[in-house]
Amino acid sequence: MLKTFLSYLIFPGFLFSACAGLIACWIDRKVTARIQWRVGPPWHQNFTDIIKLLGKETIVPSDSSKWTFLLAPCLGVLGLILATTIIGRAALVPSESFLGDLIVVLYLLIIPAVAMIIAGASSGNPLASVGVSREMKLVLAYELPFLLSVTAVIIKCNGAIQFAGILNHQLNFASNIASFSGILAFVAALICMQAKLGLAPFDISEADQELMGGVLIEYSGLPLALFKLTKAMLLYTSPLLLIVLFFGKDLSLLFILLKFVGILVVFILIKNTNPRLRIDQALRFFWGPVTLLALLANGLALLGY
Amino acid sequence: MDFKLKALTKSIWVFHVSAGSCNNCDIEILDCLTPRFDLERFGIQLIGSVRHADAILITGAMNRKSVPRMKKIYEQAPKPCVVVAVGQCALSRHMFRFSYNVKEPLDNILPVDLYIPGCPPRPEAIIDGIVKLVNKIRENK
Ligand code: SF4
Repeated sequence: MLKTFLSYLIFPGFLFSACAGLIACWIDRKVTARIQWRVGPPWHQNFTDIIKLLGKETIVPSDSSKWTFLLAPCLGVLGLILATTIIGRAALVPSESFLGDLIVVLYLLIIPAVAMIIAGASSGNPLASVGVSREMKLVLAYELPFLLSVTAVIIKCNGAIQFAGILNHQLNFASNIASFSGILAFVAALICMQAKLGLAPFDISEADQELMGGVLIEYSGLPLALFKLTKAMLLYTSPLLLIVLFFGKDLSLLFILLKFVGILVVFILIKNTNPRLRIDQALRFFWGPVTLLALLANGLALLGY
Repeated sequence: MDFKLKALTKSIWVFHVSAGSCNNCDIEILDCLTPRFDLERFGIQLIGSVRHADAILITGAMNRKSVPRMKKIYEQAPKPCVVVAVGQCALSRHMFRFSYNVKEPLDNILPVDLYIPGCPPRPEAIIDGIVKLVNKIRENK
């Protein structure tokens, strides 16, 4: 019991993933700055931001529904911690994972987006509601190809829906990425993750220039800090999930770190070289080419490539 | 407390309002974020919503239309929040001081914490002003 709590709150769970996520956010800002030929913030910048937000006033708009407004950020963080803990435990001690934990994680990873939707809708701001509608469409758009690319992995691993099974299969044969279907599924999953993280070509719901923060426009102080933390932890969780699904052959610390930073830098490069899409373009993109890619990966996996 | 204050001065999120400027001051503010000056080194960021702001940056002479809106924006900002006036227009109404449309200077309307003179002020002057403000805040509390 105590061990469960500790792993939820401290090691692969909350504390660790928050720190790792904030560092990942710093890598994001630093690499972005270097791409733009700037120096960029110091490594503790994101920690400072969070601490600062904790010290600020929390404003609840008068025409929002108060409890929903304040509880939505907690929902996002709690759901995400659970997902992170399950993935982290599975990567550390594969024998402790349970049947179907992959499915559970897939569900839990939607919760941050759902929390954003609830938050924006409860804040009673017209710009936030535009952000909400875009976020909702985006979730519908990227979930389909993302789930398809995960099924390609499941087919490759002889129907394992457990992290232990997937890791075992990769350990015995080869990483999933070392096959045609694996490469295609990985590309599709990477693009979907980009949208899940709300990074540049798909930062449609936040859209600083037109929606001024979109869903988060009314948030300040502690709830805003929680949302920033959720974003940061997602930036740690999603590369980790991709590593477990596609690069599971060698999970020693150094290799995990290298793969993690590698995937992160790919995210950042995509972010910095692409302008934002409109929501209809994003929907067409995800349901068209990306879904086709994922379907192709499924077909190839079925044929054994 | 000191810890929080330090975090506050190390991560200033700026909300930029143009209350009727000629856009030159705004361009100089954007200059501060370019590779040459790169204010993100000090954790300073431009943000889109005033609810996230630690500093409100105002450029331009306050005309009749923008006065009530400025007051509203100031009320919406979460405290502690500082107000920075950039450019001669915001400081003293500049060449618009006899205009029918610009009744009173900014500091009669909002509590201004920092004045940065110039038409437009150079980015160096803006950075210098921010450093002075940060030092003042740290000494006062
Ligand atoms: S101070 Fe000068 S540059 Fe700035 S808004 Fe006024 S006229 Fe334009």
